[in-house]
Amino acid sequence: MTVEEHLLPSAEPVCLIDQNGVPHDHPSYRLPTKEALLDGYTQLIRGRRFNDQASALVRQGRLAVYPSSFGQEACQLAATMVLRDGDWLFPTYRDSVSIMSRGVDPIETLTLLRGDWHSGYDPYEHKVAPQATPLATQLPHAVGVAHAARLKGEDTVVMALVGDGGTSEGDFHEALNFAAVFQAPVVFFIQNNEYAISVPLARQSAAPSLAHKGIGYGIPGERADGNDLAGLLAVLGQAVKKARAGEGPQLIEAHTYRVQAHTNADDASRYRQDDEVTPWLDRDPIERLTTYLEQQGWLDDDVRATAEAGAVEVAAQLRDGLMPEPEVDPADLFAHLYAAETQQLQQQAAFLRDELAREEA
Amino acid sequence: MTHTKISMAQALNQALRDAMTADESVVMFGEDVGALGGVFRITDGLTAEFGDKRCFDTPLAEAGIVGMAVGMAMNGMRPVVEMQFDAFGYPAFEQVVSHVAKMRNRTRGRVQLPMVIRIPYGGGIGGVEHHSDSSESYFAHTPGLTVVTPATVADAYGLLRKAIEFPDPVVFMEPKKLYWAKEEVDLTELQPGIGTAVVRRDGADATLIAYGPAVPVALEAAEVAAAEGRQLTVVDLRSVVPFDDETVCAAVRRTGRAVVVAEASGFASVSSEIVARVTEKCFHSLAAPVRRVTAFDIPFPPPKLEKYQLPSVDRILDAVDDLQWEDS
Ligand SMILES: Cc1ncc(C[n+]2csc(CCOP(=O)(O)OP(=O)(O)O)c2C)c(N)n1
Ligand SMILES: [Mg+2]
Repeated sequence: MTVEEHLLPSAEPVCLIDQNGVPHDHPSYRLPTKEALLDGYTQLIRGRRFNDQASALVRQGRLAVYPSSFGQEACQLAATMVLRDGDWLFPTYRDSVSIMSRGVDPIETLTLLRGDWHSGYDPYEHKVAPQATPLATQLPHAVGVAHAARLKGEDTVVMALVGDGGTSEGDFHEALNFAAVFQAPVVFFIQNNEYAISVPLARQSAAPSLAHKGIGYGIPGERADGNDLAGLLAVLGQAVKKARAGEGPQLIEAHTYRVQAHTNADDASRYRQDDEVTPWLDRDPIERLTTYLEQQGWLDDDVRATAEAGAVEVAAQLRDGLMPEPEVDPADLFAHLYAAETQQLQQQAAFLRDELAREEA
Repeated sequence: MTHTKISMAQALNQALRDAMTADESVVMFGEDVGALGGVFRITDGLTAEFGDKRCFDTPLAEAGIVGMAVGMAMNGMRPVVEMQFDAFGYPAFEQVVSHVAKMRNRTRGRVQLPMVIRIPYGGGIGGVEHHSDSSESYFAHTPGLTVVTPATVADAYGLLRKAIEFPDPVVFMEPKKLYWAKEEVDLTELQPGIGTAVVRRDGADATLIAYGPAVPVALEAAEVAAAEGRQLTVVDLRSVVPFDDETVCAAVRRTGRAVVVAEASGFASVSSEIVARVTEKCFHSLAAPVRRVTAFDIPFPPPKLEKYQLPSVDRILDAVDDLQWEDS
């Protein structure tokens, strides 16, 4: 096999179930099992409801901001479905559905966006790093976690998420290079949703595809239809397997689309036309999987009921958990800055305590 | 132009527009500054008016943005770049500190960098982490950088025009919580020079020294103090570097008491520099140690806790009360 064959991504994004729900054979990837697809269906329904409910709650002022992954749920879920318990996930601000699907409590998932603390969950509990907002800065950390695991003799794989825009940052390139040089078991997973806020992909990169960016670092690249859960599970599953087997880092690009605005605070009409969005609605990840499963005769009432119950449950969890005003304790401001609190912080904490006591009096 | 009521965001936009009209070598670029007009709309309409060679979106990389601006400034242009938020300017720190700040010095004045780095900064808008930093002290600490920050609509216009005309690189810090504050202004008259502080309010009893987002809070405190019988002078620095010792010290000497008000954390900061300077230069005029009202020395808190971090009228008044008044 030549270097080019080893490193180059497929000519077309891998797609195993197309937008009409029609399955396709692929020389390198096989359709996931019925069980995996049904599990994926259930999770997609739940993930979509999570996005819808969070968006509703931001309109009601219960979240400070919500960067929705509406339309990208297949990417969000595939990224975690291919992981084992001991593996790590390094998410961005847009990856709430990924985080929640890793087992993190939905309310703790949204703590950052609700605004009561910077990160709500224990990263060690489910092996989910704190969400990173400064773009691509989490990627070198992902490499470090993976490298440490190798040094310790563990077979951990790290799934590192980044957007198309994030691939322009220096940290993206440094992380890929480090991972390749140290053969760290990292799967870099780019959700290319064609936009970085208002900036379209064409202004981000002149490469043939973002998956091609691995070549210069010696990292094999692959790309998948980001709205095809089946293809994503196959491609990401294989990448994780290779990384775990000691074949070094892998770079996967999912071709998807940011159907909604960047966040609720953004006005997408300023930079894109509706007729650009419309075709993507037909490529919805849930619809095509539903069609396929129906045609296979696999989508019985039980599965539908289970999926709907999961969705209803998560929506209720969000409403119940986010409607009450969170209790915040001003003393927390000083609590976790250093292992041992400094004299100065003790004085400042006392100052605030005193000020609040006087206000109450 | 006659008097119009506009916001600070509109004034900054007008300053860019007028600078680009006046000088063809002025170009504006950064993240989302084109079609979107910037996340705060400061560059609204510039691409439409001047074309995408004059105002354009770049790939998403702050070091690249500032580094490219250095090169363009070396080659005869006057780049104005936007860092989308305070904390998202940090990837460019290397370029700013090692090149933007040092180019004139390294080349014995042969290479000048007439460029502006615009940075929306500070809290008060309920932003989640990394969206509310006060990063001015990093820049003020770096020799070679000029650091200015407007507190009024008129100054936003005037200072940005001056910054773009300036022969040296300017870090232009925009207090984002003041973007929407409207004022009646006449843009033709307003040209404060870089390096000059201004007395916003005169009072004989004590001086509040503030800059950027802290200025309106200081003015409000002075208003309340006046109602309670204490007359406060309020100095707005406008320019952190160069620092206007003359205006600041004149006010302190006149009043004999001073409180520095800043939104940034206090430790090793612009506010500590002001206290040091005032103490060194005005010691014999001081009736009390100079006090500070700053943020705590902690990362900027999440939205639900930010009110505890920001300087408040009450904290300023408490500090003023603490200035060893004989009758208290
Ligand atoms: C270092 C840095 N610069 C700028 C920003 C501001 N910002 C937040 S999201 C975003 C666009 C990111 O686009 P992309 O990586 O494609 O991810 P998406 O939002 O599409 O998921 C920008 C510019 C940031 N968070 N970090
Ligand atoms: Mg994107």
